[in-house]
Amino acid sequence: MVQPQTQQRNDTLLRVRDLKVHFPILRGLLQRQVGAVKAVDGLSFDIKRGETLGLVGESGCGKSTTGRAILQIEQPSAGQVYFEETELTALSGEPLRQMRRRMQMVFQDPYASLNPRMTIGDVISEPLEIFGLAAGREKQARVQYLLAVVGLSPEFTYRYPHEFSGGQRQRVAIARALAVNPDFLVCDEPIAALDVSVQAQVINLVQSLQRELGLTYLFIAHDLSVVRHISDRIAVMYLGKIVELADRVSLYENPLHPYTQALLSAIPIPDPTVEAKRQRIVLEGDVPSPTNPPSGCRFHTRCPWAIERCHQIEPEFRDVGDGHYVACHLVDALGKFDPALGD
Amino acid sequence: MARLLDVQNLKTRFFTQNGVVHAVNDVSFHVNAQETVGIVGESGSGKSITMLSAMRLIPSPPGKIVGGEVMFQGRDLLKLSVREMRSLRGNRLSMIFQDPMTSLNPVLRVEKQMTEAIQLHLGMARSEAKARAVELLEQVGIPGARDRIRNYPHQFSGGMRQRVMIAMGLACNPDLLIADEPTTALDVTIHAQIVEIVKQLKEERGMAVIWITHDLSLLAGLADRILVMYAGQIVEQAPLHALYHHPRHPYTIGLLQSILRLDEQRQEHLKSIDGLPPSLVNYPQGCPFAPRCEFAIAKCHSEDPPLEPVGVNHQVACWVKPEGADILQASQSATA
Repeated sequence: MVQPQTQQRNDTLLRVRDLKVHFPILRGLLQRQVGAVKAVDGLSFDIKRGETLGLVGESGCGKSTTGRAILQIEQPSAGQVYFEETELTALSGEPLRQMRRRMQMVFQDPYASLNPRMTIGDVISEPLEIFGLAAGREKQARVQYLLAVVGLSPEFTYRYPHEFSGGQRQRVAIARALAVNPDFLVCDEPIAALDVSVQAQVINLVQSLQRELGLTYLFIAHDLSVVRHISDRIAVMYLGKIVELADRVSLYENPLHPYTQALLSAIPIPDPTVEAKRQRIVLEGDVPSPTNPPSGCRFHTRCPWAIERCHQIEPEFRDVGDGHYVACHLVDALGKFDPALGD
Repeated sequence: MARLLDVQNLKTRFFTQNGVVHAVNDVSFHVNAQETVGIVGESGSGKSITMLSAMRLIPSPPGKIVGGEVMFQGRDLLKLSVREMRSLRGNRLSMIFQDPMTSLNPVLRVEKQMTEAIQLHLGMARSEAKARAVELLEQVGIPGARDRIRNYPHQFSGGMRQRVMIAMGLACNPDLLIADEPTTALDVTIHAQIVEIVKQLKEERGMAVIWITHDLSLLAGLADRILVMYAGQIVEQAPLHALYHHPRHPYTIGLLQSILRLDEQRQEHLKSIDGLPPSLVNYPQGCPFAPRCEFAIAKCHSEDPPLEPVGVNHQVACWVKPEGADILQASQSATA
């Protein structure tokens, strides 16, 4: 596999190399391993300092597991993750704990990710206590500051999560993630559980925080419109693999992988005039099981263009120009999608 | 065109320990035969409760329909006996829900669940009913329907389960199919499949469809007419093109501005609607949207505006009625 190496090293905050997360399937009295769910199966990419990398894919494609494996919440089965020059995958115990100060996560469901028995103030200040960063009056001041940063009233310190709406809770979750002054945030579907009119508020907040605090994001979502809005570069995942990675504009204007093309065409546009004219690529069938992924290209079972080679040989994930990576046999060396390549 | 469903002044309340929830407030609308009507609104806007009330499916207590009428094929559904209602539901009128895992019985085979309704409503024998069920499953695109009908719901994937639900909903050739966020729990590529199936079946059978959703973009390629709900009221209703191109209610305009569009230039700052929907227990005086509305005038805070016509089949409940076309154009050119 080609290693994406487009940027100078000091510009890169995070490097992921051949990352794999396999969950064992155990059976019987002796709990013997009879198989594995290959949730993430060999990912390589870089995230530059200050950029937002969007990670999109359907449920079960391994995008959340990728986020968790980068932060070492999930133990990777193979591969390396480097944060600056530190190899996270080689760390454990106290050194790993110290690194966690620099990378935090915002979860999808703000109803599940906040402890209902803790006040908002306690939720936000807990990371400060864990890392011994602030105490007493200083801690109080920091909580007030963080609430202000995410656009909540300082009076909320003594209230409980159930008193807040989904959007407000997500702001609290963001404040908690920011408490330790991290460099890197993994946002795992942070707006998926929110109402439409509130989603825009949270997207704006996430973007303005990036500008003000110089944050780097891995933004995981299934909604391509949201990802396009927020990301600098976008990686598209299918069944544990990245099938295409490109900057935002190239990916939307010149999608090369048939899966990316189908995903883009499936997204409704809020304009009846445009919708009436659109050609939709409707994919057949369901996503196969990651326990027993298809041979060759994993997308071949649903791909309208699949040729014999796609069934047998896994396409290489390669750069076809200007940092546009794609894994498809039907993309030529010049970066052009050409179904006739199979003939 | 003939009115298939005509809802007038429907009011539904929930009597809870924390007070009376004003879930549906004086909702009036109609659906013509063979028409697709979209109902859009956020969670808590009353879009599902409106249709559940019309189907007489709200849990009671605590829920109660306190007023209005629901005329369906010349009969007021709210006045029918339980037995009469039961013979209509799943027969002339049917509903499919958001989460097919909770609306299918996990301990019965799909065959049993499907043939039950067919035998009951159409008076078919078991073998006939089974043949019909297999045919329906084939129509909604389930491969190997003859064998799959022997499976239990958990043996199907999410998209397949939703197809089973649609097949069940269509079993008795309903005149009206109510789809309550049927694709929200599904992935985009599967969502596209389901939408195509419903559109195609609607064409073939000439039924009317009410499609409930929180996502305005989804209705653009699907509906003939759209109702926008907010805080248990209809705030705007309009034919498809008028709603997207000439919205007149500030909430509709705000929604259209805050939706991200795949085909547009990236905006640096996304327009959002500040604040939160009101509590339906302490129902606000005046227009329920007034506290979040940038166009609100003094009158908005004291008097609730009625639905007034502003065009052909186009009605808006707003004292100000701003020209959405100009506002949307201005915000588009500002970002381009």
